[in-house]
Amino acid sequence: MAKNDLIGGSLWEQYSAKVSERMNNPRHRGEISEAEAAALGARLVVADWGAESCGDAVRLYWAVDPRSDRILAAKFKSFGCGTAIASSDVMAELSVGKTVDEAMKITNIQVEEALRDDAGTPAIPPQKMHCSVMAYDVIKKAASIYKGVDMASLAEEDIVCECARVSLRTIQDVIRINDLKTVEEITQYTKAGAFCKSCIRPGGHEQRRHYLVDILRDTRAAMDKEKLTLQADVGDFASMNLIRKHRAIEKTLDEKVRPMLAADGGSLEVVDIRESQGTVSVYIRYLGACRGCISSTKGTLQFIDGLLRRELSDTIRVITL
Amino acid sequence: MDRIYLDNNATTIVDPRVKEAMEPYFCQLYGNPNSLHAFGTEVHPAMRLAMDRLYAGIGAGDEDDIIVNSCACEGNNHVLKGVWFDLLRSGARNEILTTPVEHPCVRNACAFLQELGAKVTTMPLNADGIVDAATLRRHIHPERTALVSVMWANNETGLIFPVRELAEVCRENGVLFHTDAVQAVGKVAIDMRQVAADFLTFSAHKFHGPKGIGGLFIRKGRKLTPLLHGGEQMGGRRAGTVNVPYLVGMGLAMEMAVDNLAYEESVVRPLRDRLEDAILAIPDTLVLGRRGLRTPNTILASFRGIEGEAMIWDLNAGGVAASTGSACASESLEPNPVFVAMALGDELAHTSIRFSLSRFTTAGEIERTAQVVRRSAERLRAISSSYGDGPGAGTTAKDGGGD
Repeated sequence: MAKNDLIGGSLWEQYSAKVSERMNNPRHRGEISEAEAAALGARLVVADWGAESCGDAVRLYWAVDPRSDRILAAKFKSFGCGTAIASSDVMAELSVGKTVDEAMKITNIQVEEALRDDAGTPAIPPQKMHCSVMAYDVIKKAASIYKGVDMASLAEEDIVCECARVSLRTIQDVIRINDLKTVEEITQYTKAGAFCKSCIRPGGHEQRRHYLVDILRDTRAAMDKEKLTLQADVGDFASMNLIRKHRAIEKTLDEKVRPMLAADGGSLEVVDIRESQGTVSVYIRYLGACRGCISSTKGTLQFIDGLLRRELSDTIRVITL
Repeated sequence: MDRIYLDNNATTIVDPRVKEAMEPYFCQLYGNPNSLHAFGTEVHPAMRLAMDRLYAGIGAGDEDDIIVNSCACEGNNHVLKGVWFDLLRSGARNEILTTPVEHPCVRNACAFLQELGAKVTTMPLNADGIVDAATLRRHIHPERTALVSVMWANNETGLIFPVRELAEVCRENGVLFHTDAVQAVGKVAIDMRQVAADFLTFSAHKFHGPKGIGGLFIRKGRKLTPLLHGGEQMGGRRAGTVNVPYLVGMGLAMEMAVDNLAYEESVVRPLRDRLEDAILAIPDTLVLGRRGLRTPNTILASFRGIEGEAMIWDLNAGGVAASTGSACASESLEPNPVFVAMALGDELAHTSIRFSLSRFTTAGEIERTAQVVRRSAERLRAISSSYGDGPGAGTTAKDGGGD
């Protein structure tokens, strides 16, 4: 609650001018007939998503060139509010000219961003975002029809919220793409949990296989784990702890130095790494044929020193023992 | 082009004569009526006249109280929470009987009392969409039931509840009866000498008075713990300096509303019926509730294949202000409980449009509205994926994922 929340009825004020314009004059509304698709030498794909009983339904028409998989024309029809109509129009527009695989990468956020008047102001209030998410779902549906993924696999799709027909996959995607942190946000974005509420947590009037609270917790945990793994692999050398610095140095040596030394029958080992006053000193010892080699304290050393500075950080200094 | 206001169940224009009557009480006659000096006492005649008009307007007896407050929302909370302190809290009686279609201020206050331990039972609606006396008889229990709360007329449908019979059943059983009459004042005759209700609430802004003032009728001898404690205004039943200019306005608005009851029937009802006929002439539309059972000014229509918010968007663009019960138009995305309770299908909950007229509505406005409604319905049905003959129209649009 805050000053801006104390005056009600501001829903339409939060729509961008582009949303209004698209609502009043959608450019891609209508149908594509079999004959029209054939005239383009294209295959007609018609996909439905949503349900009138949930308040929003959309039908997407694609004319797809079967040789290039490119979408030559797109139209839509919609049972929905202003933002559903506007976002469906943009969704159809964004898919034209793309291949089916490219179109599948269109996200709800892209659709919403295309409707913004300026980059910093959302085009649609958060609770209305489900309209854009629906655009993303209907594209996936159209793509699956085009690719001939059998309907049985669609029917088996794990539906979490029966009322709004939202799948497990959609919820996981929406959490990831939008970095959602609460169940309320999931409901705002997807409408899952907005109706009978059984899917929010155990104890509702109907038992469910999945609950939003669990999906959120598990997806967040998976995201955190991936983030940690990602940080362990790459990242800023300066912010790494000593163990990860050691690992990064060894990895670089394994990939770029040791194979070269091995060709001459030698090798090296890292004896110690010490950090002091912003300098990372890497103490190495040559092994095999490298021991006593003239170049090992001159050219080879310079090469290793330069490589680690270039690849990891210019705070590194390599010292031979 | 002049805009057309058909959302009078939300609020109404202040009658210019009401505004004029209020005018002197801002800068000339601004005294606090509780003051003993001349500034205070000189506002008393106008207050007395306003109170007389309120009492006459709802047929209250001089021994009854009409507490002037801020609105019906306050009055409804006062009744429900007052009864909690008077009866429910001690457990002497622990049940409130109500309906599933009350205004949120009643529903949410009941939900709050439920958290505190009260038992709240919502009685089912009959085929006409109302709670009848027979239903109440099945639910009421003289030892258990503390209060029955049923609205006089519904804000969405305009359906009128048989409050006279319901109040009678309550009296027979020795149970308190409360009715939210916010949509009834100025639309149906209210006479508390004929209706045995113990509590009744109203808001001035629903009958061409100002916003922020209302009334709570408390029948003679009924206890009701105050909601606001403070000074001795309203005989200690509701503290807070009386809003004199608004009370003056509400009094006149009440008198005019009652005087216009015949006009509501002779002019507003036929205009409403004309608009309703025009809507029903459009294919695949329906209107909820039998005409004879509704207030003369309200239409709740459904246009198949058109989502409610999209419809009011187009109506608004055409200069017509109406409202929708569609979840998409609410901040919370919650389906409107009135439609859920009336068991008319989920689709309807998303396609409903409410038109509510007033005595300021003109025949010309109704003609223009009929045109705008037709045009909007045509445009949106041309876009609609769930209306018309497109591939997969009808059933596939309804089952979402599969086709």
